[in-house]
Amino acid sequence: MTDVIKEDQVLDCSGMLCPMPVVKASKAMKELQSGQILKMVATDPGAPPDMEAWSRQTGNELLRSMQEDGKFVFFLRKK
Amino acid sequence: MSKSDPNAPKRLALITSKGTLDWAYPPFILASAAGAMDWEVGIFFTFYGLTLLKPQLTAAVSPLGNPAMPMKMPFGPEGFQNINWPMPNILMANVPGFESVATTLMKQTFHNKGVATIEELRQMCIEMDVRMIGCQMTMDVFGFKREDFIKECEIGGAATFLEYAADADVQLFI
Repeated sequence: MTDVIKEDQVLDCSGMLCPMPVVKASKAMKELQSGQILKMVATDPGAPPDMEAWSRQTGNELLRSMQEDGKFVFFLRKK
Repeated sequence: MSKSDPNAPKRLALITSKGTLDWAYPPFILASAAGAMDWEVGIFFTFYGLTLLKPQLTAAVSPLGNPAMPMKMPFGPEGFQNINWPMPNILMANVPGFESVATTLMKQTFHNKGVATIEELRQMCIEMDVRMIGCQMTMDVFGFKREDFIKECEIGGAATFLEYAADADVQLFI
């Protein structure tokens, strides 16, 4: 049983292809305060590796990357 | 000599030399993705790529010279959409008006699949402060004026780009 992560903001990138999920996530993160959590949902199969790379490059932590109802769900904590 | 400031963000330097719809995508996709990762980005628009700095984008795509282009229809049932029409490239490339057909099909397919338009990607780049440099020499050769291009771009030459690229972590010619 994994812990439930409580997000501060939700971003739905369903139906969008590269590079929009990372672009939208980046924009949404800029609106958050340090330590706040963004939940991002995407359907692009390229999103999981891209969000990992995005997290490494920006220093915003990817707390969890999972699949839910056929979609990819990410929890990102602003640095 | 490497980067003057060790704490500077990573930098991407692109040269964009082609102005067709298919070739307009890679630079704007890479630039916006790099911008999303907080990298600094500069694009040098030269030769046919310079037309991507016009306010109204008219980028088209032609089967001519693109023999590997799949020919699929962006409408109808899925089975129909998945058919790769066995049209000889020499035929497609030579039919008058086929360029506008191919352009429409590609734009519709990209829209259906959820790919942003070139206009949207370029706007993203502008919002991310991507540095866009239009090539002065190309302007002179093709008879363009500063007013022919978006106000967000600057005009420069090879030395301007090279100075920027010298401090870049990634440099690509597209």
